[in-house]
Amino acid sequence: MRIEINGTSQEVEADTLDAVLEELGHPRESVATALNGEFVPRGERGDTRLREGDRVEVLAPMKGG
Amino acid sequence: MAEFYGVTLDSPMMLGTAQYPSPKVLADAFAASGAGVATVSLRREAGGGQDFRALIEGLGVHILPNTAGCHSVKEAVTTAQMARELFGTDWIKLEVIGHADTLQPDPFGLVEAARILCSEGFEVFPYTTEDLVLAERLLQAGCEVLMPWGAPIGTGLGLNNRYGLRSLRAQFPEVAMVIDAGLGMPSQAAEAMEMGYDAILLNTAVAQAGDPAAMARAFAMAAEAGRLARGADPMAPRDMAAPSTPLIGKAWLE
Repeated sequence: MRIEINGTSQEVEADTLDAVLEELGHPRESVATALNGEFVPRGERGDTRLREGDRVEVLAPMKGG
Repeated sequence: MAEFYGVTLDSPMMLGTAQYPSPKVLADAFAASGAGVATVSLRREAGGGQDFRALIEGLGVHILPNTAGCHSVKEAVTTAQMARELFGTDWIKLEVIGHADTLQPDPFGLVEAARILCSEGFEVFPYTTEDLVLAERLLQAGCEVLMPWGAPIGTGLGLNNRYGLRSLRAQFPEVAMVIDAGLGMPSQAAEAMEMGYDAILLNTAVAQAGDPAAMARAFAMAAEAGRLARGADPMAPRDMAAPSTPLIGKAWLE
């Protein structure tokens, strides 16, 4: 299925948020996630099923003012 | 000394972590400033996040994640929720930007986002203006700290509206307040503290200085001087001169 991750359209095989993070090599323990603009806590990623066209954000710590 | 959601800070300095020439310069600036709070952000994961996290944790300061760049309530709330998980803190520097050129807060969105986040247990540090009515609404929303701007972010213009900032300080004497944004020189930090503000938050003025560590130290000393002066009950200014040397006993030498 094709989904959008961090602004880039990608073809993925996994169908849960947690599995997609693993498939794409994101460090699961050190990122925060959102699905279609809604926060998905770490503990709910495994139960969060993705659908064609979903928009996923994977965020990491960054410098800021 | 003021408390920020139950936390008493030794230093009135809060420092941003962006725009430094290198991680070492950042760490040196923090050491030189004695800052007790570091602001950070969240951005799309692209490697390097762990190194940055290690750097920040190594500073041994309180972490204050921001919602920088958010223009809507929904964006800001979701970013705050993600920040809480990522950084393990209820503290959030809430920015809801309403104007692209001035980066002025959107007062309506700010209050709404603050209300939602406070109800979810966040400890909100709202980036706001000196507007008294807005301040009142933010306090009603549950905020226990206010962070009025000195001037627009990154301008270095200092305290743009002294009357407004004095008025805000006087109106809510018990509320912890931080001058956030716009400071360019240490003298402005001293003035903010002399006005009775509890802390200053800055980034660009230190990070973009030719010698960030020296500038960080200068800001820290100025802020401390301002705080001491405020606590020392300053004299009231007057228009007419008043001789400080006694006139009694002056010789007749005409």
